[in-house]
Amino acid sequence: MNLNEYFSLVFSDYTLRTITLGTAILGAVCGMLGSFAVLRKQSLLGDAISHAALPGIAIAFLITGAKDTNTLLLGALVSGLIGTFWIKGITSKTHLKSDTALGLILSLFFGFGMLLLTFIQKQPNANQAGLDKYLFGQAATLVESDVWLMASVTGLCLFVILLFWKEFKMLLFDPDYTKTLGFNTRIIDILITSFIVLAIVLGLQTVGVVLMSAMLLAPAAAARQWTNSLSTMVILASIIGALSGVFGTAISASQNNLSTGPVIVLVASVFVLFSFIFSPSRGLLFRQWRFIKNRRDLEQHKTLAFMYHIAKTHDNISHPHTIKILNNFQGFTRGTLQKLVKKNYVELEGNMWSLTDEGFKTASNLYNQQSNE
Amino acid sequence: MAQNIAVKVDDLTVAYNYKPVLWDIDLEIPEGVLMAIVGPNGAGKSTLIKAILGILPPIAGSVTIYGKPYKKQRSLVAYVPQKGSVDWDFPTTALDVVMMGTYGSLGWIKRPRQKEKKAALEALEKVGMLAFKSRQISQLSGGQQQRIFLARALVQNASIYFMDEPFQGVDATTEIAIINILKELRKAGKTVIVVHHDLQTVPEYFDWVTFLNVKKIATGPVKDIFNDDNLTKTYGINYKVSIQE
Repeated sequence: MNLNEYFSLVFSDYTLRTITLGTAILGAVCGMLGSFAVLRKQSLLGDAISHAALPGIAIAFLITGAKDTNTLLLGALVSGLIGTFWIKGITSKTHLKSDTALGLILSLFFGFGMLLLTFIQKQPNANQAGLDKYLFGQAATLVESDVWLMASVTGLCLFVILLFWKEFKMLLFDPDYTKTLGFNTRIIDILITSFIVLAIVLGLQTVGVVLMSAMLLAPAAAARQWTNSLSTMVILASIIGALSGVFGTAISASQNNLSTGPVIVLVASVFVLFSFIFSPSRGLLFRQWRFIKNRRDLEQHKTLAFMYHIAKTHDNISHPHTIKILNNFQGFTRGTLQKLVKKNYVELEGNMWSLTDEGFKTASNLYNQQSNE
Repeated sequence: MAQNIAVKVDDLTVAYNYKPVLWDIDLEIPEGVLMAIVGPNGAGKSTLIKAILGILPPIAGSVTIYGKPYKKQRSLVAYVPQKGSVDWDFPTTALDVVMMGTYGSLGWIKRPRQKEKKAALEALEKVGMLAFKSRQISQLSGGQQQRIFLARALVQNASIYFMDEPFQGVDATTEIAIINILKELRKAGKTVIVVHHDLQTVPEYFDWVTFLNVKKIATGPVKDIFNDDNLTKTYGINYKVSIQE
């Protein structure tokens, strides 16, 4: 199957449609909540949470003996939440910084989860196979009920964000101030964090424990490059997340044996890379371009100002001077002179230059502007 | 001077670890003063403000605002945090930040409307930043950012203003603009409490002063207690300032 076939099949084929819808919704909800995580500088929290969810999956399986997705994800949710509150507890109760707490909980829970997984695999039970799909996810196992679950959580999440938009925004920007206005910042914090945990847990089946944090961060990081408004950023991040889901699924479905989770993450990373380079206001390319242009402009202005000071001393402003004088001026190049000629500010005759009326006027304006600032 | 007491602090003690940052502070701030809190680095100046405002939990002590517990009087109090306490690259505009000053009176869930926007625009005008209302906050200079914070507190229309180093890292123009606004607030009968670093400007800007170094050293009118004796007690070195000229 190639990409064209995929897109012609996606509306008619039940399995493809389910998987595509699932990954798109997942991408959208992750982008939405990822924006909050990124702006709170809690990017790594998502990584810790997803890794912390692994033992929950194993324990849920050990207790119930069933591989029902919802049961396993419930286990993941519980252990993800425990991990999160331990991280918060460690940071607030000890002197450890949050990166240490995150790293500690991440590896502790993940290690324990891996231990349980190998233990389960040694069991003489035919049912145990396939738990390791939660490591890297397997979008192909998505069924309609999974998609419904994702859609409901996304809807709830959207509702809560719209309801508490003002509170979320203020807490993200200035928590101390939020407190002085009488808002219970703990409640807002728990609300945001719980939804992040929920989104991560939902994504474990599709993207897996190891790569899940990229789903959260990549769309938000890409969106931040294009806008200076929080609402636009959240919307854009959801769109980028959804597109990553769709294209990731499309690419992995059209190339046999490519696992969907990693492809989705790679597509999201392409969005990030593209945004880092090509964003008009924050992108590397335009920044460099503006930087060079500014320098060129300044060079020209400085040269023109230098000429102006020489010309000013004569009654006739277009009195010709030799080009050699300009060599005393640091930063002067032939190129700048040519550009000034092209702009009609300067006339050249042999080895002599002279300011035109227009050049003189521009230069004197420049000079006034600079001294006014 | 039969003034009302705007802020009363009793036995306030705050500790981060084992060592107290503030020890047994008793403080009465009369209504309508423009007060500086001065002291060396680590003296607990910002901590005092944060503890009064309930941002930091005290180990002991109580705070009353006009005779009632602070929690019941929040609407009377506005706070200007240190400029460096937030990330100015946050995706929002100057007007949006000032609007946050109205969120407290709005309460949970309710959205700001025209009335709130109008109040925010007026505050922006007061600090001379109306022209920058749609500017992304990272594109403002340090002084402009400080003015935005001030405008956000002005919107709250409070009776008591707590400001944490509003003059830090601002140029002379902004400093004068800010102090003029503070003096206007005092003229309107408001109480303004400012964590301040520049001892030279204390007599010029303020009429009340508190010396703090973990313990309260002294508090009172600048003309009575701003002297070498108290400065030496607070800063621990022989301090000679030529202030009473």
